[in-house]
Amino acid sequence: MTMTTTGPAAKPALPSWMKPIRPQHVLTALFLIAYPLVASPFWTVQIGAQALFLGVIALSLMFLAGYGGMVSLSQMTVAGVAGYMVAVFGTNATHPLFNWPLWAAVPAAVVIATAFAVLVGIISVRTSGIYTIMITLAIGVAAFYFAQQNYAIFNGHSGFAGLPSPVGFGLNWRDPMPFYYMSLAVAAVSYFAVLYVSRSTFGVGLQAIRDNARRMNALGFNVNLHRVVAHGFAGLIASVGGLLYVWMNGRISPGTIEVGPVIDILVIAVIGGLRHPIGPFVGAVLFVLMENFAIDLISPERFNTLIGLIFLVIVLVSPDGLLGLWRLVSDRVRAGGMANGGAGRQWRKDWRKGQ
Amino acid sequence: MKLFILTVMNGLTLAALYFLVASGFTLVFGLMRNVNLAHGSLYLLGGYVGFNVAEWTGSWFLGVAGGFLGMAIVGAILQVAIFRRMQGQDLRQTLVTIGLSIVLADLMLAVWGGDTYQFDPPSWLSGPVTLMAHPVVKYPLYRLVLFLSAVVIGIGLWLLLNKTRIGMMIRAGVDDRGMLSASGVNVQRVFAITFALGAGLAGFAGVVGGTALSIAPGEDTRYLLASLVVVIVGGMGSVTGAAIGATLIGLAEQLGLVYSPTYGVVYTFLIMVAVLAFRPQGIMGRAA
Repeated sequence: MTMTTTGPAAKPALPSWMKPIRPQHVLTALFLIAYPLVASPFWTVQIGAQALFLGVIALSLMFLAGYGGMVSLSQMTVAGVAGYMVAVFGTNATHPLFNWPLWAAVPAAVVIATAFAVLVGIISVRTSGIYTIMITLAIGVAAFYFAQQNYAIFNGHSGFAGLPSPVGFGLNWRDPMPFYYMSLAVAAVSYFAVLYVSRSTFGVGLQAIRDNARRMNALGFNVNLHRVVAHGFAGLIASVGGLLYVWMNGRISPGTIEVGPVIDILVIAVIGGLRHPIGPFVGAVLFVLMENFAIDLISPERFNTLIGLIFLVIVLVSPDGLLGLWRLVSDRVRAGGMANGGAGRQWRKDWRKGQ
Repeated sequence: MKLFILTVMNGLTLAALYFLVASGFTLVFGLMRNVNLAHGSLYLLGGYVGFNVAEWTGSWFLGVAGGFLGMAIVGAILQVAIFRRMQGQDLRQTLVTIGLSIVLADLMLAVWGGDTYQFDPPSWLSGPVTLMAHPVVKYPLYRLVLFLSAVVIGIGLWLLLNKTRIGMMIRAGVDDRGMLSASGVNVQRVFAITFALGAGLAGFAGVVGGTALSIAPGEDTRYLLASLVVVIVGGMGSVTGAAIGATLIGLAEQLGLVYSPTYGVVYTFLIMVAVLAFRPQGIMGRAA
């Protein structure tokens, strides 16, 4: 890796990989850690923590789409399953069933949600490309209708409210600052886990399958198994994001997993960029900022028009999202203002070099 | 027994609606490889437009025509203005239709609000008819007409695709777009016509479906899901497949709703999984 190669292959976790750390990475980390010390509770939770855990859920989509070539629209559903299960097994005010303590309910929720993601994987890997979008969307919407009409487990339309906040180490983890740091920790672990897995044998195999599944099959790789495992790994990340989601709100209902939020995750991942794990977090920050401040630009009811138009513009202008735009601009600046039509290709080359 | 007959009839009515929506969806996909996720929005928008036309003119039939023509025009504009510019980029087209459906759903909410709209079909269409004498089973005439019209449209589509010149072009385009273009056919026009026809069918279904049930925000999602599942089950690009898929899903949904209310959706889901397990390309679909 030469000095000129900045970009995606950054922020490694181990000392042997510390070479590519640059000042801006240290600054970003310091900013993220110091942020709640200067920000108000609203900015800490509504903007900061929410962007972090929405970013985590979108990260699971980025992993599947960017490294696996599978655009799965059921990631919010997986997160919702985790949220629902922690409500079902744990304590809640509306429809108590098991009343397990948190240390038992949380692992149960994560395991069930991950198993659900594996099941989605098993179903959806039988087809590929655009069919994956259709099938995962169908699964997501079907899950929403099921949660809405099933009262025995999911308590139907009203869902669950009054989920207790997680307590431990003498802290109420729903308080702004602990919640922010919990979200930051989850986001950081997920981010580095995705980076690590993308460079592992499994991750490289997955990317090779994305590029040429038939060839990998001929070389003796179990293509479907790689894809199903990828769904499982992404499901694990999404389910932890889902836990943060319900803890912040203290409740979950079918509205959490209806088609709007399902699409929001795709919007976040796409406007950020699907090529690098930082993309979903960039997208989430922009999304959350707009969600909260669209009221100043246009009427609050028309938020969806605004976000939809921004999504459309980004899809039409830059297939690689904001990261792609940033790359394009910085390439042009570096090339001394020369027109650089092959910026995207150059980026991909750099990106592979960084692997 | 009476409940069973009524449930099956309701299932067939729903199947007819699903077929009308999904046949347009499958037609567009088969030819253009474009999963139009705004198809549900076209259904709802067609319903609203048809409602306004029917209000202004006082004629339900003009409302139906308005829903069809309005959406056909929207479809043609979408094809010419957007999809033509990104041919062969499946994922991008799909993302664009998602963006469109977000914006359309929100704008429709802004224009028509959250109310539920109900059409007034002509009185000679709306009475009940007696299906069976012992026990007495009555069923709304309108729903029977809806079912029949779906059958007629299905046969019409089949004839159009299999017996006419434009149908020949569409089928040729499904098989080999490049070759069709090379043999001197204006492929772009075929695309625009197909897209207009598919979108028009969604608008048509919006009005006739809105008359049988009602139109309200959220229906776009419901019919998008129906189209997706019907087409996954029936096979992409096949009108016959859409008919089979719609019948299976419509019946499963209604029977599930009546006989196991809180698990109704599970049947739809199980049918989809079973088909994917044994025939990933769908019942009438061809292997890619």
